[in-house]
Amino acid sequence: MTMIGKSVDRREDDRLLTGKGRYLDDLELPGTLHAAFLRSPHAHARILAVDAAAARQAPGVVAVFSGADLPEIQKPLAPKVMHPKLKDFPRLPMPPEEVHYVGEPVAIVVAESRYLAEDALELIEVDYETLPAVASTAAALAENAPLAHSGADDNIAVTLVQRSGNTDEVLKSAPHTLSGEFFVMRGGGHSMEPRAVAARFEPATGQVTIWDTTQSPHYARQQLSVIYEMAEDDIRVIAPADVGGGFGPKAQFYGEEVVVPWVAIKLGRTVKWVEDRQENFVSTMMERSQTHRIEVGFDDDGHLLAVRDYIEHDQGAYCAGLQVPSITTSTVPGPYRIPNIHTELYACYTNMVPTSSVRGAGRPQAVFAMERMMDRVAEYLELDPAEVRRRNLIQADEFPYRVGIMFRDGSPLTYDSGNFPKLLEGTLERLGYEEARARQERARAEGRYVGIGIAVYVEGCGLGPYEGAKVRLTNQGKILVTLAAAGQGQGYETVYAQIAADALGLDMEHIEVATGDTSRIPFGQGTFASRITATAGPAVFDAALQMRERLVDTAAQLLGCDPAGLSFSGDRATLDGDPEKSMSLLDIARVANIGKHGITLPVGIKPGIETVSYFAPERAAYASGAHAAIVEVDPDTGAIDVQNYVIGHDCGNVINPRLVDGQVLGGFAHGIGNAMYEEPFYDAEGQPQAASYLDYSLVSATEVPPVELFHMHTPSPLNPLGVKGAGEGGTIPAPAAIANAVEDALRPLRARIDRAPVTPARISDAVYSAVKG
Amino acid sequence: MPEISVTVNGEPHEEAVDDRLTLADFLRERLRLTGTHLGCEHGVCGACTVIVDGAAVRSCLMLAAQADGAEVETVESLADDHGLNPLQEAFKKHHALQCGFCTPGFLMSVTAALREEPIEDADQARDVLSGNICRCTGYRGLVQAVLDAGAAK
Repeated sequence: MTMIGKSVDRREDDRLLTGKGRYLDDLELPGTLHAAFLRSPHAHARILAVDAAAARQAPGVVAVFSGADLPEIQKPLAPKVMHPKLKDFPRLPMPPEEVHYVGEPVAIVVAESRYLAEDALELIEVDYETLPAVASTAAALAENAPLAHSGADDNIAVTLVQRSGNTDEVLKSAPHTLSGEFFVMRGGGHSMEPRAVAARFEPATGQVTIWDTTQSPHYARQQLSVIYEMAEDDIRVIAPADVGGGFGPKAQFYGEEVVVPWVAIKLGRTVKWVEDRQENFVSTMMERSQTHRIEVGFDDDGHLLAVRDYIEHDQGAYCAGLQVPSITTSTVPGPYRIPNIHTELYACYTNMVPTSSVRGAGRPQAVFAMERMMDRVAEYLELDPAEVRRRNLIQADEFPYRVGIMFRDGSPLTYDSGNFPKLLEGTLERLGYEEARARQERARAEGRYVGIGIAVYVEGCGLGPYEGAKVRLTNQGKILVTLAAAGQGQGYETVYAQIAADALGLDMEHIEVATGDTSRIPFGQGTFASRITATAGPAVFDAALQMRERLVDTAAQLLGCDPAGLSFSGDRATLDGDPEKSMSLLDIARVANIGKHGITLPVGIKPGIETVSYFAPERAAYASGAHAAIVEVDPDTGAIDVQNYVIGHDCGNVINPRLVDGQVLGGFAHGIGNAMYEEPFYDAEGQPQAASYLDYSLVSATEVPPVELFHMHTPSPLNPLGVKGAGEGGTIPAPAAIANAVEDALRPLRARIDRAPVTPARISDAVYSAVKG
Repeated sequence: MPEISVTVNGEPHEEAVDDRLTLADFLRERLRLTGTHLGCEHGVCGACTVIVDGAAVRSCLMLAAQADGAEVETVESLADDHGLNPLQEAFKKHHALQCGFCTPGFLMSVTAALREEPIEDADQARDVLSGNICRCTGYRGLVQAVLDAGAAK
């Protein structure tokens, strides 16, 4: 292996640095009309009438459709992950009768320019009957709560219980129990490129081509083929080569993705919609808000005996899938040996933007609750928080480790590999933990509030069901690797060329990578859940190994030699290093792919050099990590100064270390946002109060503290590359680490940090409550 | 419609523009210079930053009509026939971009800042970068790239 494991420069970079990226709104689509959506101003309302007559007459307007004008596509968008007990309310592409959150699309205007389309939005009169709304899980679960959906019995979408052992009994008999209530706020993906869809219909073939900033083009095509009642081959979904970040929300499926292409088909014109940032705030899925009521039982030494966690999950106005709360329930145990586990999930409907996965996907909340409790156990027993963790960590010789509950992929939660103690010790060592504790003592003596926070986690990643790769010798003599997976900036064109290069024994320069186009590869799932390296990676490797065999076999037939004597030099298969006895990839393509019309192939040549491989992992792989932070808190202002931060990260083998570092550090910035800044406030009526970056704080270069990152590599036994997933590890434990550090800093005041983000206002409140007693 | 005459990346343009057309849309739609990206359209994210008469400005907050008589530089002006400029090379070397959507704005902000004064330490680099938002990189590569390019000057 020469390319796998190497920090190769990204081949995407040159075009992105010169303004030649091909993001959706940059694509040249002649004759395009521009769409804008009219969105509900109410969190919950009945639509009594829509009058679009004036809008239709407005300059430049080509068409206006309300939900009622498009009855043929008003079919439910299916939740991604279902459960038989889920009480599902149909999420319609553009509901004609009742809206359930501010921002839900009500009508679409198609005009000659976006300016004109937006002008016409102003002229549409909608008569609404407003209905009572709920804007938190607490409000949703309150007695006599208003109903998020008219006609529902209550606001609960589903209640799910996971059990291992006998938690109730053990909690009753445990020497010690502690309980806590923790809340993690909503947060968004905030890809810098918002969502966008463009579509063109070809009346001559009956085919529609859809450009979509999706993370999951094949999933989008599947949904559309059901809703449009069209054959999947007549729907081509292309995620452009450049998509400006995904982070989860772009893996979901939205009404706009149904309406825009349908309107393009109806009008026979190319139609494009590009979400603006204000729309992104009110219509792109979010995540995070959960309340955990967690109780732990433990012995005198701090060994965990039982954990019970009641979780309220904010599903938003509709259930786009139960993946996030399912992941939360199975992330609660983390890296610890816990003989008795009970999680109980209450997923609630509220009148806010629906929630689904955002980087971390249900894991930061579980880690927040569990890691806060580990600190509370340490405090209660007057033990060092690191020591309590050490005593409970699963040891390196215990893999595969069966936790006793199920993971969201449908398999028993089974950690494949890892070395949690070494990861924790490495992190503490780099932080200078012992010295930091001494420094904390000195600071306290001076009346300063210095704290240390640790958070350890396990992340299920590399999820099935499968991902595939197609490798072809092109007629131009190049090797083309085609993936269904759609990249959003991770560097797929580089990483998968590295993998293929090693399997082929060819230099990367002869390898091209194409991604995210349903017409190029028939099956795929999408880029989400840190899964592509562990699913598409092995598929690329295997298909490229097969390709090498085909190339060598063909060249050997043509050179009349033993394939074993051939190796690649440049783009030539060469016998024993003799340039006279060699064939280029183009020579091979000319014989086996292009051929000569009507002329018999040479004996022994197998035509059509293309190989395909699909990899279906047996179950999820588990990455792991430890974060540790030193902070100083000003109890008067609530300001947090993050003085030192260390990340220990283990995602198994690594294909391109520089890119993995980029993923972890980017995830860390997102985690710092969740820990200290990001809050999409809603008022009690469900009106969003933070719908611009003036109100919703994304971290900039001055907010992200310097961080030291180190890696361990415990290979996964579940795939031939030994890889796991790296996209979310930087995000998951950051809120827990910061909250632990802040509470540790404020321990002399006994202030409690129970909510994320940990903002100055919350710190002041906590200090005030503690001092007031 | 006002007629404007504007020089973009050294090329003069005479165009009739709507009063309300933003400079960003003028560059992207009229001149098809699509390297300038729109991330928030309210002046916070910085993805649309271009240089107008030497100053880094948000092209989403400026009208095309206001650029009458101005010299505008966009990301398309940075590389030449010999390849990437030193700042672009530094971005590449330090993995200062992932999805690349915010990248043109960062490049133009830093270009304008480096013309004003050298950037010598990480705090100064972070200050210069703080007017732009990147959701992918976590900024470390960006800080390193700015220091690298600052030192190269």
